[in-house]
Amino acid sequence: MDHISIIGMASIITAGLTICIGSIGPALGEGRAVAQALSSIAQQPDESGTITRTLFVGLAMIESTAIYCLVIAMILIFANPFWDYVVSR
Amino acid sequence: MDVVGLKEISSDVVVIWQWGFISLNATILYTWMVMALLTMVSWLVTRKLSVGPKLSRWQNLLEVLVSAMRNQIREVSQQEPDQYLPFIGTLFLFIAISNLLAIIPGYVPPTGSLSTTAALAISVFVAVPVYGIADKGAIGYLKRYVRPTVFMLPFHVMGEISRTLALAVRLFGNMMSGTKIGAILLAVVPLFFPILMQVLGLLTGLIQAYIFAILAMVYIASATRAHHEKEENNKHPSKGER
Repeated sequence: MDHISIIGMASIITAGLTICIGSIGPALGEGRAVAQALSSIAQQPDESGTITRTLFVGLAMIESTAIYCLVIAMILIFANPFWDYVVSR
Repeated sequence: MDVVGLKEISSDVVVIWQWGFISLNATILYTWMVMALLTMVSWLVTRKLSVGPKLSRWQNLLEVLVSAMRNQIREVSQQEPDQYLPFIGTLFLFIAISNLLAIIPGYVPPTGSLSTTAALAISVFVAVPVYGIADKGAIGYLKRYVRPTVFMLPFHVMGEISRTLALAVRLFGNMMSGTKIGAILLAVVPLFFPILMQVLGLLTGLIQAYIFAILAMVYIASATRAHHEKEENNKHPSKGER
């Protein structure tokens, strides 16, 4: 196989694996956080404003790990530097 | 139809006007347009303010916005919001407006480019020590880095850098993925479904603006707060029992 097909194949497979594995952890974490926040709101409805705000901030923190994976996958597919190098040569 | 093609992940590569080595790309153009819009609207509205019970609807809108921002800042930082309102409010308004204008065809959110979000994150990175030093003095601020022991210094520094990176990449990833998912869905299921994703994208944009502003406030508050908590505890020793 020449360089182009090796790099193309590796980028696409790695991008798929990145999203696949990288979304498992944040999904489990966000599920736990939302479940815990819902039960807290059910127990203390007066504090729902504070709980919701903290929940949003926490969800954004958790979600950023998945977003990193998405950015890596996007770079691998759309802006791969090795691909550009091999094509330009 | 799309200004940015599917192949590019940033609007920086779309050059609109070039003269010599000076080039004007879509990100800069739309950033300046959002800035001009914000400035013009606030200047026009605040030109004739009324203190009576009868006020124009634009003044009402701005008052609602500003008082909501003040309340949020007060709740998050447990301090008076006047000092932080200009910085945090500007961050929130700029990101929110530039995300929400995405419903206009031909507009590319400048927050969907890593250079814009990196600039915003760097301004937060600079604002944290500025507010911290203004509040506690240089020695008091720097002492935070060597607490509890001096061995924590590299971890504090790493934490500062990585959270700045996280701020930038989070906003960029969310906005960029919203645009890209819309474009991909348009090719796969062109009927109705992309509109729903667009609506979801507006919600995501607003939430991301809120999160960016709140996180900036949390970072600044963490650099200034310990001092105030101690004072408050001395003033009201039985606060926890209420």
